[in-house]
This record gives sequence, structure tokens and C-alpha cells, in this order.
Amino acid sequence: MNYISSIGSYSIMVWEVFKKPTKWSIMKSLILKEIDELIYGSMGIVIFISVFIGGVVAIQTALNLTNPLIPKDLIGFATRQSVILEFAPTFTSIIMAGKVGSYITSSIGTMRVTEQIDALEVMGVNSLNYLVFPKIIAMLFYPFVIAISMYVGIFGGLIANSLGNYSTSTEFIQGIQLDFIPFHVTYSFIKSVVFAFIIATIPSFHGYYMEGGALDVGKASTTSFVWTSVVIIISNFVLTQLLLG
Amino acid sequence: MIEVENLTKSFGDVQVLKGITTSFEKGKTNLIIGQSGSGKTVFMKCLLGLMVPDKGTISYDGRMFSKLTVKEKRNLRQDMGMVFQGSALFDSMTVEENVMFPMDMFTHQSRSEMEDRVNIVLKRVNLIDANKKYPAEISGGMQKRVAIARAIVMNPKYLFCDEPNSGLDPKTAILIDNLIQEITKEFDIITVINSHDMNSVMEIGEKIIFLQHGIKEWEGTKNEIFKTNNEAVTNFVYSSELFKKVRQMYIEERD
Repeated sequence: MNYISSIGSYSIMVWEVFKKPTKWSIMKSLILKEIDELIYGSMGIVIFISVFIGGVVAIQTALNLTNPLIPKDLIGFATRQSVILEFAPTFTSIIMAGKVGSYITSSIGTMRVTEQIDALEVMGVNSLNYLVFPKIIAMLFYPFVIAISMYVGIFGGLIANSLGNYSTSTEFIQGIQLDFIPFHVTYSFIKSVVFAFIIATIPSFHGYYMEGGALDVGKASTTSFVWTSVVIIISNFVLTQLLLG
Repeated sequence: MIEVENLTKSFGDVQVLKGITTSFEKGKTNLIIGQSGSGKTVFMKCLLGLMVPDKGTISYDGRMFSKLTVKEKRNLRQDMGMVFQGSALFDSMTVEENVMFPMDMFTHQSRSEMEDRVNIVLKRVNLIDANKKYPAEISGGMQKRVAIARAIVMNPKYLFCDEPNSGLDPKTAILIDNLIQEITKEFDIITVINSHDMNSVMEIGEKIIFLQHGIKEWEGTKNEIFKTNNEAVTNFVYSSELFKKVRQMYIEERD
């Protein structure tokens, strides 16, 4: 019953976010600030993780290719497919649910605890629009992060492949180009837009409606990470079935 | 005038406000006092429209809050200023930006016009050379003054203060009390203050409402509170030895 009530509250929150917009001159600077915080500020960790994930995928694939009849360019092919279809959009989103999601929950939750949200409401400001809308718009740039993650992930695979001498760089690049289906990138971007909305709104929900004190802000961040990850994984399954099934 | 009629609010089975009826007049500092858990904060949140009462009405100069449209409520809220217990300043903004925030949000004034207004208001609350500082860089008393400056920057008709001097030393607390009273007179506004600080009651309580277990137990002025025989009020107000002696002296002087 609680879950249904929470889904209802979440839906109402999302509806309220788009009502009674904040003055554009203020909203513009809030959006730029959030792009800096949520997108630009996450680039470092996304690049770091993507390089190593791409590298690990390449090594794992190479080590499992024991049959000499299987061509070596399969390493590049498998790395590309794994990174584009799953690792870049989904794995990165789980990391972002932790990094960005906990930041969103704790920052909004702290504002709730210290009555800053009440202060906005008393002034007649739509606090949900003021706090959540810029985050949603900033997260629309998330597909760019995923594009970089894809590129860097495959590059990581190439480096690992070359350093481990599993195949030549030429074979790896041939593998990358083998049977390329452009829709797979589109599919990945569609997923990343959905995940971006989830990462922006679920942590906001947990922060905005939290009750209690400083300790509860920490608890809300943990709960928000769990639920954001769960929803990302379920929506990943549904989207894959809808778009590729 | 703010008129409250039969205000009732419950959370689950717990009835926090039980049919409160009162009014707050222009140019007066109105104090709501009572023990922790007596319903003061819920009462104020209902006045501010942050909580919806189960029963009863609140009228602002004849405008019944529950009957207003969303736009009318928004306009009314721009006539309200609020000083929160913890100041509720925006951490990411400087003092100047905090005070400027309501103007930036709701007016179309130029930057220089807004800066001029901010400087006037900050000067009014005796806060100079703090414009570029962040809330974390100033003392609790200064934060309260910034909160007052932000509350009055839009020339509100109604000023609400939730425990404005909690956590402050007695000297700063008196300064804040006096500042609120001066502003009330100067701008001829309705000020409603939640407090359990007896110094405030004696200093600025032009009208005092005593709440107990969600009921309006007593209503009067700071002079009347000395004379009252209401046991609940005397037990609360004169709980400290100092105030017991003060009351005794007052009664002896009167007799």
C-alpha cells in the first residue's frame, strides 16, 4: 500500500514540477549551475570507469576465445556491443545514481531540514519547479555523457587489447566496424534519456519529501540510491524488450 | 487584520489544534506562547498556508485564504514575510543574494535598484559589510538579522517569526526583539511571533496568546499577564525563580 502511495506522490510531484514556472532569468542560471554540477562534474568519474570497464570487457572476451577458428576481431566486436548496448548507458547510470542521485537527495533534503523549502513556499515560489526542473533539464545533456562513455570505453578496450597482445589494433578496429547497426546507438541514447529523467526525479522525490534531521538525510540518500537503481534496472529490461525484442 | 475562526488540525488520531479563534491587529506584535508540543508551530504553518487546516477559516484583511485562487494565494504570499527558527537562509547564496532573492523572483527591477534596496534593508537591521559573505561565515545573530531583512525587503503586510531569538545570547535576543517591534511600528504591519522566551513576552508582547494542548488557554497583553490568575499561564510564564520574584514584586508594588 505504501509503494502505491509513493508512486502516487511521485507522479503528483512530477506534475507539480512543470506547473507555475520560475522566472526565466533565474531559471537560466539555475540550469547552467546544474549542468556544471551534474553533467560536467561527473565527467571525470564516468571517463575513469568507462576506460576500465572497456578494458575489462576486452580482456575477458580475449581470454575466453580459446578456439583458434574464432577470428580475433571478435574482441573488438564484443567490446563495442557490450559497451554500446549495456555498459555505457546502464552501468554508468547506476554509478550516476550513486554520485548524482545522492547529491540531489542530500542537497534537497538538507534544504527541507533547514526549512529553506518552506521559505521558498512562503515567498510564493513553486519550490518543486525551482529545485527539480533545472535538474531535469540539465540531465537532458546526459546522452552526451553516455556518448563519451561509449567512445572512451571502446578506447579502453583497444588499449587493454594492445597492452595484453590479445590481437592487433587493426583486428580490434575491424571488429569495432563489423556488422555495425546504428540503431543500437539510438537505442542506447533512448535508454539514457529515460535513465536521466529517473536519476533527476527519484532522488529529488526522496529529498523533497523527507522528514527528520541530519541523520535522516543520510538515510534518504541511501534509500534514493536503492530505488533509483531498481527503477533503472526494471526500465532497462522493459526498454530492451520494447526496442530490441 | 488576520482573523482566525475555529481552527482545527489533526495528524492521524492526534488533534494538534482544537478550535482556535483569535485575531491579530495591524501595528502590533502578537506573540503565540506555549510549551513545546502545544501546537504553536502547526498554528503558524496553518497561518502561512504551509498546512491546510481540517476545519476553520483564516482571513487576511477580509480575504479568506481557503477561498482564494492559486494566483490570489501567490499574490497574498508576496505580502507575507517569514523569519524561520533556523533563519532558513539559502546556503549557496551570499547575504546580498539572500535578501535580493524575493525581489529578483517577483519584480522587474534593475540590478542596481535591487542592490540599493538591499543596502537600505540591511542597514535597517544594522548589518553592514556583510553583503558578500555566505550564511556559514556569519554568526547566528547576524543570520537572524539577514532573515529579517529578507522578510521585510518586499514591504510585507504580515510578518511571521518562528522563535526569532532561539539559540541567541540574551543581549542579541533583546536586540532582535526590539528590531522586530520597531519594524512592526515603522511599517505598520501585522507581526505574529512564536516564542517560548519569557523575555520576549515581557519586552514586546502587545498581544499574547497562550496555547496549551492545542487549545487557546489565555489571551491578553503583557501587562495583563502579570495580573492573570489563570493557573496554566502562571505555571508556564512564571516557571523560573526570576520571573516568580518579578511577579511578586509587581503584585506588592500594585497593592
